[in-house]
Amino acid sequence: MKARLIFYLSIIVLILGAITMLLPFLWMVSTSFKEPGTEFAYPPEFIPRKIFTQNYLEVWQRLPFGLFILNSFKISLLIVFGRILTASLAGYAFAKIDFVGKNILFSLVLATMMIPFAVTMIPLYILMRKIGWINNHLALIVPGSLFHAYSIFFLTQFFKTIPGDFEDAARIDGASTIGILWRIVLPLSKPAVTTISVLSFMWSWNDFLGPIIFLNSQDKYTIQIGVALFQGIEVTNWTRLMAASCISVIPVLILFFMTQRYFVRSIIMTGLKG
Amino acid sequence: MRRNLEGYLFIAPSMIGLFIFILGPIVASLFISFSDWKFTTGFSGFVGLEHYRNLLFEDGNFWLVFKNTLYYTFVGVPLSITMGLILALLLNRNIPGETLFRVIYYIPTVTSAVAIGLVWRWLYNPEFGLINSILRMLGIQGPGWLSDLNWAMPSLIIVHIWQAMGYNMIIYLAGLQNISSELYEAAQIDGATKFQLFRYVTFPLLTPTTFFLVVTSIIGSFQVYTLIAVMTGGAPAYRTAVYVYHLWSVAFQQLKMSYASAMAWLLFIFIFVLTLIQLNLSKRWVFYG
Repeated sequence: MKARLIFYLSIIVLILGAITMLLPFLWMVSTSFKEPGTEFAYPPEFIPRKIFTQNYLEVWQRLPFGLFILNSFKISLLIVFGRILTASLAGYAFAKIDFVGKNILFSLVLATMMIPFAVTMIPLYILMRKIGWINNHLALIVPGSLFHAYSIFFLTQFFKTIPGDFEDAARIDGASTIGILWRIVLPLSKPAVTTISVLSFMWSWNDFLGPIIFLNSQDKYTIQIGVALFQGIEVTNWTRLMAASCISVIPVLILFFMTQRYFVRSIIMTGLKG
Repeated sequence: MRRNLEGYLFIAPSMIGLFIFILGPIVASLFISFSDWKFTTGFSGFVGLEHYRNLLFEDGNFWLVFKNTLYYTFVGVPLSITMGLILALLLNRNIPGETLFRVIYYIPTVTSAVAIGLVWRWLYNPEFGLINSILRMLGIQGPGWLSDLNWAMPSLIIVHIWQAMGYNMIIYLAGLQNISSELYEAAQIDGATKFQLFRYVTFPLLTPTTFFLVVTSIIGSFQVYTLIAVMTGGAPAYRTAVYVYHLWSVAFQQLKMSYASAMAWLLFIFIFVLTLIQLNLSKRWVFYG
């Protein structure tokens, strides 16, 4: 009797919690479809009196949101591809190849995870200014692609779990190391590669501090900077602001729903921040 | 020999990135923090520890933002971890729709801080926001939230908890699933009550998870930037200005890059020492079964 009661109470608390998690998102969507002015109604209305899609059109007309989205996609996708390439090469070396100084270098890679971005961002800014990459997407893409400690660590750990038999067999058949990585190890590592790709995409898409430091003209802005800029322009036009927010979160939420099966599981396995 | 060369070739791209974009900048940052680095002319001579001395003994804003960050971290982190633990314990009893709950609780974690900050600013709006409207329906006059001197920081902490607790829950669920049911059965045979089960079995076996969350959450929380930049910009009266927000403003608005570099190093040292202390203390309370 008492156990049943606790069971139902748990469900009720969890449902209340889930509503708290979703409410801000529902309110965001609801506000974005209201006619400007009606969002101030009291008592609050969850269902807009009439569905007003004009807000979305106006968001597009006031700032080049299409371009912001395109910039974000370009930067995020290039970072994902570059990062998978460099991190899988390094991860494979750390997991499977013996070379002098391997352990020290691997520890060095891990140690960098503790360094705050605040420490490196000022010299990075100065460096990018010296080589003329300020207001250039390369300032975000190149560092993000070449070195990412967590991705290297994650892929190293995963590659270690792949038995050496496959590789030995391939080597006897005359495959090169790079061939083994490309044709055997990577296909066997689909869950790990997917997880790192999805997370990297989300991190780049959601990044704000990087773009705000390195980019300074509208045609180069990412979606996050665009939304923040829009906040400065529209101030209290909440219907349009919420429409812009909706636009900015939709790609990541779609990606999350599509891959959550993979990714909640890997996060559980590795305790990785999303 | 061939294997050596192959190894180096494979790690070469990452190592080039590591040296140019991480290790190089770290050394440069330390160098800049000891020098007078002008935005227009660059390096203009060494000043030794002057920036550090000014920060620690002259600059009232430094201590203000440090205090604000401590407040944000040491209220927000324990609460979001406790909430995560409670949710995980509730969810870990064969609740129907467990996957759905997990997904819903995780959504705020994958959403950008810009969108989250914007929608919460709207929710917190003193006159027309959803929160104060609901309070008014209950006959309560809500505070000014982000514009109220005393409520501004708690309002931000509430958003932090809302965003972080789902992630903490997921990590705790993983910890809970590693606890073998035999331990519970043995304790139950010995006549342990539910509370004793939690106190003497579940909680000790979850201490490695708790330790992981405490260490990583504190490091992350000390570096919060976007939420503050979008929601308050430090207002009111710099009450919500946190460390990295202030640092960014000193470096990129006031263009005092060497001063900001000294600030960055103090942050780094603080985080490093705090983590070492936690590692040491962990021997007393973290239980590795």
